[in-house]
Amino acid sequence: MKRLTHLPLIAGAVISLFPFYFMIIAATHRTEDLFASPPPLLPGDRFGENLHRLEETVGFSQVAFNSIAIAVVYTVLSAALSAMCGYGLAKYRFRGRGLILAVILATMMIPFQVLLVPLFEMMATFGWMDSYQAVIVPFLANAFGIFLMRQAFLDFPTELIEAGRIDGSGELRIFYRIVLPAARPQLAAVVIFTFITQWSNFLWPLLMLNSEDKYTIPVALSTMIGQTKVDYSGLLLGSFAATLPIMLVFLIFQKQFISGLLGGSVKG
Amino acid sequence: MTVTLLAERRRAAVDTTAARGRNRSRPRIAPWYFTGPAVALFAVFFAYPLVASLVESFQREDGTGASWAGLANYERLFSDPLVGGALLNIGLILVIQVPLMLSLALVLAQVLNQSWLRLRSTYRIGYFLPAVTTLVAYTIVFRVLLRADNGVFNQLIGLVGLSPVDWLNDPFWAKVALIASVTWRWTGYNMVILLAGLQAIPKQQYEAAAVDGAGPVSTYLRVIVPQLRPVILFCLITSTIGTLQLFDEPYILTEGGPDNATLTPVLYLYQVGFQQLDFGYASAIAWLVVAIIGLLSFAQFKFLGRRS
Repeated sequence: MKRLTHLPLIAGAVISLFPFYFMIIAATHRTEDLFASPPPLLPGDRFGENLHRLEETVGFSQVAFNSIAIAVVYTVLSAALSAMCGYGLAKYRFRGRGLILAVILATMMIPFQVLLVPLFEMMATFGWMDSYQAVIVPFLANAFGIFLMRQAFLDFPTELIEAGRIDGSGELRIFYRIVLPAARPQLAAVVIFTFITQWSNFLWPLLMLNSEDKYTIPVALSTMIGQTKVDYSGLLLGSFAATLPIMLVFLIFQKQFISGLLGGSVKG
Repeated sequence: MTVTLLAERRRAAVDTTAARGRNRSRPRIAPWYFTGPAVALFAVFFAYPLVASLVESFQREDGTGASWAGLANYERLFSDPLVGGALLNIGLILVIQVPLMLSLALVLAQVLNQSWLRLRSTYRIGYFLPAVTTLVAYTIVFRVLLRADNGVFNQLIGLVGLSPVDWLNDPFWAKVALIASVTWRWTGYNMVILLAGLQAIPKQQYEAAAVDGAGPVSTYLRVIVPQLRPVILFCLITSTIGTLQLFDEPYILTEGGPDNATLTPVLYLYQVGFQQLDFGYASAIAWLVVAIIGLLSFAQFKFLGRRS
């Protein structure tokens, strides 16, 4: 009886994993062969050829570099801001704290699409269109990250902060040297989550970036779909490249990855 | 009675002086080093555009500039068949896809939480993996798999004797394709959240239920479901919000077609705002989405959150 549960579970796992498998296999075949019957189910020998073509049509190395650069810069700045703001909210009582918390909660509940039009116009006014900063700056203050860091710092013993003050350390130094190292696991969760959100981001970069050498991977892939003769092998190779970093991060940092996704939804 | 009250009052007075003293020793500007940058960013890139978007939804824009349009944009919402169509599409996806996905996720979480099951963590990873794909990337894979002309999926159903289906160009099947791909992407994600919720239930409660003679069904209904309710609610609300914001998948999979069968409110907002450059009407659509999300989240919270 108990053994029988494996049958549906295996069937489900095949459904769950097959699109991945096909993506990887397809990246090593020619487009024509993807729609042969039967379809290719084993690796082929066209990987290099596909990669070369992808490089020629969308400048893939440049596009991948853009994606990495944007995601890394965004992650570093946004995580730093989250940690600082989270600490300020957790460990100080000051006028305006309640209002800041309310705004943070509101940003989590209001869908960002409502900001699209005015943000688009702002970027045009700033002369930021088609630039990396237009993709990075507007979403640097990240409510989710701030909230997660705040929860982490709430548990930090205030006595240690007081002790730091008595020793004559400045507030920033106390934060950087004493408090932040203790919240490393939560900071890792924020870093991973932030990186992945930016790496996968599509609608906003699609609106902001319009020269090909500035595209991120998702934007470049979306333009390939509109072409008259769609290069499916190249598309799937690109999709694989878009998925690989997240998959690796997940497999290496499973624990932090999942606690990032949960983001306080489950009180354990 | 009076004595205790007085004592309490005195203690309270001492407390406030102590608190004041402590406050004085604490730097007053320090909290702003920490929160200031984020607050400034929120003010510029959240609060301002939020207000601007509301104002803009009452404006009409032409080549020369913006003029006041009163409720014209909102009136147009009610007579626009594309808005009605997009809402109908998203409503259909909401009532079919979300319950389907959440029940699937709940069953999976339950099964993968059983300690007797071998390979539990392997299955968990296997089912969760779709959640680590970039939306655009996974949608492209589905676009290829679902191709009418000898796509892998049609070849598979051909093996069991079914005739090929034009998944992406038939209004009905395009919706099915969209629902299937979204379900594939998000079931494992919800499963992990529900699994974490299940694991937060203390083991003693299962034992207590067993001692009381509860069978697996009544244990499930009386012990597990009530405790899991907040987590289920969380999944329900986030899935509802996610569905109402659906953009990447219909944009890549079907471009909203065929014949607007997979047009979603946000995809329509994108078309109106950034292809037709009608910013006023796009803003009105955005506020319609906000209102619907607010109403649905409130209703779900009210009806399902109460007994937790």
